[in-house]
Amino acid sequence: MDILYFAWVRERIGLPREQVETSAATVADLVEELRAREERYAAAFADLSALRVALDQELSEFDAPLAGVREVAFFPPMTGG
Amino acid sequence: MRISVQEAPFELGAESDAFAEGVAGAGAVVTFTGVVRDADQGGLAAMEIEHYPGMTEKALTAIAEEAMKRWSLADALVIHRHGRLAPGERIMMVATAARHRKNAFEAAEYLMDYLKSRAPFWKKEILAGGGSDWVAAKDADEDALKRW
Repeated sequence: MDILYFAWVRERIGLPREQVETSAATVADLVEELRAREERYAAAFADLSALRVALDQELSEFDAPLAGVREVAFFPPMTGG
Repeated sequence: MRISVQEAPFELGAESDAFAEGVAGAGAVVTFTGVVRDADQGGLAAMEIEHYPGMTEKALTAIAEEAMKRWSLADALVIHRHGRLAPGERIMMVATAARHRKNAFEAAEYLMDYLKSRAPFWKKEILAGGGSDWVAAKDADEDALKRW
């Protein structure tokens, strides 16, 4: 599964994308796996209310299932316009 | 309907003219342009705009398609830049064309409200004195979606 990070999430983790082998059932499970990896992940995912998630380029929720998903992206609330 | 996510500047006059000429029978054309402001005179060196290639185009297309349908638009245009922009540079524009001005105005506001909070762009202010700040999303921007 490809995981993408944008804006300060990317800066805090230190990379824009990576490939991860995971059997996480939901986004929240995946976040738990990432948090357990290293301090920089724990710092980036400290407050989920400050984050948004997209599954295969569609905005989604942290309790959404990951079955069949190829691309997960984590980022702060968007600021276009 | 046209969506363009680009790094290059755009010609506001040429884009507006071409859009209006393409919808000559519509009656009402509204355009809105967003500009990099420097609220703290001289404090801002640049604005860096990051986006999510692929998702950005999809999100903007979905937002514009919804506006086309809800306000029976003759046409809609969204141009949004990314990369590093100086104060005073144009970030984005939307244009809407409808039979009557109310629909054109409302649809343009809808496009703006949605692309602010639902299109994957992130702005970072590069400060003249050194350092930088990610622009935080405002609750008011999220609240603005509720009226639609």
